[in-house]
Amino acid sequence: MRVPLSWLREYVALPADATPEQVLADLVKVGFEEEDVHTFDLSGPIVVGEVLEFTPEPQSNGKTIRWCQVRTGDDEVRGIVCGASNFFVGDKVVVTLPGAVLPGPFPIAARKTYGHVSDGMIASARELGLGEEHSGILRLSTLGIDAPVGTDAIALLGLDDAAVEVNVTPDRGYAMSIRGIAREYSNSTGAAFHDPAERFRTDAPAAPGSVGVTIDDTAPVRGRVGASGFVARVVRGIDGTRPTPAWMVARLTLAGIRSISLPVDITNYVMLELGQPLHGYDLARLSGDIVVRRALPGEKLTTLDERERALHPEDLLITDASGPIGLAGVMGGATTEMGADTVDVLIEAATFDPVSIARTARRHKLPSEASRRFERGVDPLVAGVAAARAVELLVELAGGTAEEGATVVGSYAEPAPILLPVAYATSLIGVVYDDAEVEHALTAIGARASRDVTGWLVVPPSWRPDLTDKASLVEEVARISGYDRIPSVLPVAPPGRGLTRSQRFRRAIAQDLAAAGATEVLAYPFVTPKQNQTFGSADGSKQPVVALANALDATVAELRRSLLPGLIDIARRNLSRGLTDLALYELGVVFLPEADAAYGVDSVPPTAALPADDVLAALNASIPPQPWHVAALFLGDTVPASKGQPRVPAGIADALGAAQQVARSVGVELTVAAGTRASLHPGRTAVLTVNGTEVGYAGELLPALADELDLPRVVAVLELDVDALIAAAPAQPNASTISPYPAATQDVSLVVDAAVPAAEVLGALVEGAGELLEDARFVDDYRGQGVPEGSKSLTFALRFRAADRTLTANEATEAKLAGVTRAAERTGASIRE
Amino acid sequence: MSDPTPITEQSVEDAVEAALRAAAEAQDSAQLKAARAAHAAEASPIAKLNASLRSVPNEQKAAFGKLVGQARGRINQAFSAREAELVEAEERARLAAEAVDVTAIAPRRAAGARHPLSLLMERAADLFVGMGWEVAEGPELENEWFNFDALNFDEDHPARAMQDTFFVDPVERHLVMRTHTSPVQIRSLLDRELPVYVVAPGRTFRTDELDATHTPVFHQIEGIAIDRGLTMAHLKGTLEHFARSLFGDEAKIRLRPNFFPFTEPSAEMDVWAPNAKGGARWIEWGGCGMVNPNVLRSAGIDPDEYQGFAFGMGIERTLMFRNNLTDMRDIVEGDVRFSHQFGMVV
Repeated sequence: MRVPLSWLREYVALPADATPEQVLADLVKVGFEEEDVHTFDLSGPIVVGEVLEFTPEPQSNGKTIRWCQVRTGDDEVRGIVCGASNFFVGDKVVVTLPGAVLPGPFPIAARKTYGHVSDGMIASARELGLGEEHSGILRLSTLGIDAPVGTDAIALLGLDDAAVEVNVTPDRGYAMSIRGIAREYSNSTGAAFHDPAERFRTDAPAAPGSVGVTIDDTAPVRGRVGASGFVARVVRGIDGTRPTPAWMVARLTLAGIRSISLPVDITNYVMLELGQPLHGYDLARLSGDIVVRRALPGEKLTTLDERERALHPEDLLITDASGPIGLAGVMGGATTEMGADTVDVLIEAATFDPVSIARTARRHKLPSEASRRFERGVDPLVAGVAAARAVELLVELAGGTAEEGATVVGSYAEPAPILLPVAYATSLIGVVYDDAEVEHALTAIGARASRDVTGWLVVPPSWRPDLTDKASLVEEVARISGYDRIPSVLPVAPPGRGLTRSQRFRRAIAQDLAAAGATEVLAYPFVTPKQNQTFGSADGSKQPVVALANALDATVAELRRSLLPGLIDIARRNLSRGLTDLALYELGVVFLPEADAAYGVDSVPPTAALPADDVLAALNASIPPQPWHVAALFLGDTVPASKGQPRVPAGIADALGAAQQVARSVGVELTVAAGTRASLHPGRTAVLTVNGTEVGYAGELLPALADELDLPRVVAVLELDVDALIAAAPAQPNASTISPYPAATQDVSLVVDAAVPAAEVLGALVEGAGELLEDARFVDDYRGQGVPEGSKSLTFALRFRAADRTLTANEATEAKLAGVTRAAERTGASIRE
Repeated sequence: MSDPTPITEQSVEDAVEAALRAAAEAQDSAQLKAARAAHAAEASPIAKLNASLRSVPNEQKAAFGKLVGQARGRINQAFSAREAELVEAEERARLAAEAVDVTAIAPRRAAGARHPLSLLMERAADLFVGMGWEVAEGPELENEWFNFDALNFDEDHPARAMQDTFFVDPVERHLVMRTHTSPVQIRSLLDRELPVYVVAPGRTFRTDELDATHTPVFHQIEGIAIDRGLTMAHLKGTLEHFARSLFGDEAKIRLRPNFFPFTEPSAEMDVWAPNAKGGARWIEWGGCGMVNPNVLRSAGIDPDEYQGFAFGMGIERTLMFRNNLTDMRDIVEGDVRFSHQFGMVV
């Protein structure tokens, strides 16, 4: 809401020296956040001048300029070059003299042009910031002004005014008016306020008007009739061609509304002043009485913006005998639009239901000044006042004659009083409010309050539909008394249980991966269908996905099934910036809808009530699984080359190492096995399991895929289901007393078929060696001389130890050989001599 | 076996002198070892003299014995002393040879980094956990009821349209990307025993294009406390405590009236940031208020018995003004240079 200060000053005692910044600071205290300050952004000297004579001078560029003599003071005549030709000798015009600055900024100086020295400029309306008109210069007579030559045009035209712009929260529709802001300025500062609506309260004519109005809503939206009130007034014999006064143009301009024509300007002006959207009809173009009703199937309406709109049966319409003539509360129709030739005007001031208007404005994507006010709630008692004010201005400014009567349909039912218990405000805010403060606040907002022993019975004012319960009244008490009175008190919570197991583990994973050298990233969860298909399953098949209905980019509308696409996108971005050694990880949720599951609900329970158990259960079941995953990506060098240290290129070892790190962070042991995944290198893919449950994978991207993604050939990746890992973790680590006796270490080399995984040999070795084997580690894979073609020699380092004695070499050898025997049975391994 | 060398004072002194000279002349451990073998070991002159003691007349045994014994002592001592000198010198030389340019040693492992948003959320959570609060979580893809209706957003209220919601296809199934962390309020109230004191850090979504100050995917931290007798003063106290932990002891909170469907009274909170770039000033930090009775009703809680407060703030925004960042894209894009400025600390 933009509020010209001159206008605000009419209804509240603004100090003479109040700056826009001070007014904004005052308004912020009562809940109106500052947005901006608007001015005409010009400075003088800008004066009224009179055209004494001019000579048209055709130019070589085809234009004809006028060399004018303009009187700008008693003894001051200036030669001025003017490109416009819409003026006559004797016209009073606005002259910007050298030294003046117009919006732009556009400084004015005496300058040589078209063979003359132009000693200033004759301004157009647009050059002054007064609207868009620039087909010619501004002739003051068109604004109905005849001021003496030399008069300061800045003050004359209202260009010295400034407007403050504040944000009006959606609960305070009343504040989308000078009336509402003036009241709140008074609430903030204590400045005297008088309600512009009061002047017309008693004026309401009793006789019915000449145009009948019927509200015929057969399909109320959510049980609420579309129009609860409708006031129609007629003004006859206006001169629609009369100029809008300069002060009105200036105020409308500062308020952000373009001047169109006097009758339209008047309806806008009154809307800004009182908050009541008005619509003016050219009475001559109206056929018969007005009926307010819902649209019929197939009905269409061409609105003022000259667009034909297909109507929805929920749309509330203003109709006459010809059919729809307006989209109620949103935009008028073209057929009854007021124009320069309009003589008789019908003013509509209606009270429309916020829900109905909001839905229609949304449906037709037509947010208007009117709809924004209606959907926030317009004072139902101000309709008659606003109509009367518009009639007054049409009579005064447009020369019309007001018709005696008024058509008034509907009535206002005062809401039931709200009980505000005596100590409630104090108990909710933590400030001790005495009775006088509470009563002052309630009166200041326009409520009526009567006190009894239990508290106040409060009738909210007609313009405050947001005041529905005692808490909303407390906000007003706290607001009027000032939020700055609220003290700081730190509450004492009962003892808490700390982070949950899952929260602790997730932190450990994130922290440990970073400590291990990877960089955490947080990718958007939006991916393409192709990304989901490539990375969202082991076999690259199409899986169920969640998609957004209104994604910012319609090609990236699916929710990720895997964290890899995000990591890859970020890796590509880093590569493009010359960062070629990358270790990235993300800990985040993925979205894994199950096949054949129907997510969502048909309808949502209402506000302010606990849904029944089954409804709540359905709500909880309506969202797809969103487990936590962790993924990492490595490319380039894991360790860069340095003196005595060759480069260590990233590879599957990094992915597996990081996966093991993640497992260690939550206290589980991963089992690694060869596997396949459509997106990974067929020979470099590990499936990771815990106690037989698959929890993820690690490997290198399929080189062709890496190539397609402009990535290096080797990109190592891993992804683990963190929720599954945590579920598999023991409640606490298993630990026992460690043996103090000496260890016996032995190596063993086993020859097996090259296709046998080392892990299988090691597993058999460990199993066979029994409990004396404390640790077994794979150290080498040798192929070549001494090992048969198609076989390999695997070397393991074994450490034996007994719990209760020093082992002999023989005991260790026996245990080793038992392991070898088991490995031979299981994998065909033979000991390499 | 050769004849025993006759023992004379001269012969003993010769042997000792030869040994001492050899020890002194040895320039490294190997030479010393050879010298020791020649002058102190078996078959060395002094060893032979020692062996000759057997043939010395009994009355002279004591005197010659003492003479040879002292001589052997001197020889051994000389070798030991020389050995110690050589070991020390050799160790010194080795250390000198092993010296490296410590400024030229490359780290064995690349440095990693946390994302500062994660660190900031953890830091905030830790503060509240320290006060006895717990950390609550909820799904990012939510049912509309939890995101809106349960929070007292009427389906037609303009506030609902102002949330710029991502809807899940098909829209008629009422699933959305949560527009704030506030649905966790309802989930907490439904799932937990009263009183409830929880914070909920997490990801949120709105249909804003990415630019220097907006991102469609962002993070918030929400707090809700429901107990008997909680007031707006407790809200302010909690926020001030939080602000001081993030912005320093001078930080303070200013509340301004505002509107949110799920709080009444509602407030916008400004934080006095003493260390803000360009000078200490008030900075808009988030929204808060006393939990609207209708929200409590949605969770089956009697608003006449329990009341409390809620607050929420953007993590990106907090990070930006706390750490003097100017471009949201740096936070979002995953450029490792950005996170490495923070490393493991925010």
